Amino acid sequence: MLSGRVAAIGPNNNVSNLRPLRHALAFAALALLTLASARAQLTIEIVGGAGTAVPIAIVPFDSEPVGPTSISYIVGQDLARSGLFKLVDPSGVSPRPVRIEDVQAPAWRAKGADAVVVGSAKPLADGRVEVRFALVDVVKNAPLVAMVYTVTPAQFRATAHKIADVIYEKMTGDPGVFSTRIAYITKQGTRFQLLVADADGYDPQTIVTSNEPMLTPRWAPDGMRIAYVSFESKKPVVYVQNLATGSRAAVANFRGSNSSPAWSPDGRTLAVTLTKDGGSQLYLMNADGSNPQRVMTSSSIDTEAMFMPDGKSILFTSDRGGSPQIYRLPLGGGAVERLTFDGSYNVSARPFPDGKGFAFVRRDGGRFQIATQDFASRQVQVLTSGPLDESPSVAPNGKLILYANEVGGRGTLAAVSSDGRVKQRLASQATDVREPAWGPFPRP
Amino acid sequence: MKKIFAAVIAAAYLAALGGCSTQPSAPVDDQSTAAAAAAAAKPGTTTSGATTSGISGTSTGAGGNPLKDPNNVLSKRSVYFEFDSFVVEDKYKALVESHAKYLSGNRAAKVTLQGNTDERGSREYNIALGQKRAEAVKRVMVLMGAQDVVIETVSYGKEKPKREGHDEAAWAENRRVDIVYFGE
Repeated sequence: MLSGRVAAIGPNNNVSNLRPLRHALAFAALALLTLASARAQLTIEIVGGAGTAVPIAIVPFDSEPVGPTSISYIVGQDLARSGLFKLVDPSGVSPRPVRIEDVQAPAWRAKGADAVVVGSAKPLADGRVEVRFALVDVVKNAPLVAMVYTVTPAQFRATAHKIADVIYEKMTGDPGVFSTRIAYITKQGTRFQLLVADADGYDPQTIVTSNEPMLTPRWAPDGMRIAYVSFESKKPVVYVQNLATGSRAAVANFRGSNSSPAWSPDGRTLAVTLTKDGGSQLYLMNADGSNPQRVMTSSSIDTEAMFMPDGKSILFTSDRGGSPQIYRLPLGGGAVERLTFDGSYNVSARPFPDGKGFAFVRRDGGRFQIATQDFASRQVQVLTSGPLDESPSVAPNGKLILYANEVGGRGTLAAVSSDGRVKQRLASQATDVREPAWGPFPRP
Repeated sequence: MKKIFAAVIAAAYLAALGGCSTQPSAPVDDQSTAAAAAAAAKPGTTTSGATTSGISGTSTGAGGNPLKDPNNVLSKRSVYFEFDSFVVEDKYKALVESHAKYLSGNRAAKVTLQGNTDERGSREYNIALGQKRAEAVKRVMVLMGAQDVVIETVSYGKEKPKREGHDEAAWAENRRVDIVYFGE
């Protein structure tokens, strides 16, 4: 992955592993890529924002081309899409600031900005580009951060996301998720596809195509493998696929149904739901499918296991109390604890990364909605209105929940901030989209 | 003979329903399901009409395949369920029973019971619910004499709706277990 460093410390580190390309050619290639992938791509728009978005001006970087492939543009789009930032038009401030010392705080405050981002993209002799940026708090008139990256033009998008992550973390205190990826399933006619794309919907890559349904993609913590359920052999079977090599293996293919894979935080264990011994029951197995061990024995449905971030317990859905509800099972021994009590249908628990609560799906009347519950207070907060919201997936920073819903009879994706204030719609053209899964933070 | 058979069927039904009776508040959402379950649980109800006129699994037509003969109940392959329910209703008794008899009389025959649900709710939970429906049908078949090993239960959850649509008519058709013979 890309690694940046604080500006003005030592020589530039070379993070490029791609063959240097001539600058202009690279831009042309990038533009073509944009056109080619635009069709299948998800586009994200904010449909409801936080009331307290931070006004920030992203000044076009020095010596970079103007337009949607420019780093400063992508940084701005990332920040605006989070709903926590409001872009302030940087035009009209002359001369255009490039470095920290160029930023005249009063001029920016007059435009309503609280923060300003400046930078440059300087082409180097070898075809790579030195990208510098700085974030300045123009309220306190203090520089907050400055970084420099040496990259190939092909790495501009990744670099922009990295910069947006740094700015987001400086301004909100939480790590950004702009450099992460998402997985999802599309259905077009009878063709199903498992895709992986950047968190902004860009560059969708087909991982699996099948004429039978697929569901429940689950990222391994290393971000290199995805477990999922496929019906290609006319029944649900759990597969694990390596994203780098494309190789895959059926890790749970027992008599009956095999479903609901979930990774342990160390990536070594998979929880799955098997019916080989009768009833839908929870099992733990090695990630290669070996040594499946039944976790407990019940006469009810037990499914939808998810590991808590500390790996010491799992959340799951069971109808043991007469209706589907969410329970917690300590893996080191101890009693199963029922967590949800409000309503007759609470399912699909997804723990937050801080371990303090979980997102889930509840039914209210006939409406299926995304909600959160706090472990300590048991307080439930309903975040969406339904009617057919399902399959929540929590961003690795815990701040956004991606989920599937239905608009006009077609499956689409949406996201809501975990405080319910920001709402995004992920639109796709002429395709049914479902089963979103937010990938982990990229490994440093 | 007929009396004993009826008693066996009654026992089978009680046993099949026993799975739910251990869970007093089974996930049954509407009153009609609850009523049907209650009615089915009454021995008097389950035994009545439990005759199996001419469904021995042997050929019924002139050399025709009984599984394909539209006049034979064996050609009927779907058991339907109420919302959120996995109770095999009384009205499917003869259907399930005839397949059980066919399986026990044709040792080479194997079936897959494919459970399905309507589109509402969690995909994964619906896999489990469809599975529970398939297993409920299997339980009845086994109690009626079919061999456990020739019946595989799988679930499609809500992934393969027979009828697209977002109304009760479509949902009712999709809450279903299909009986599919090996090789079909």
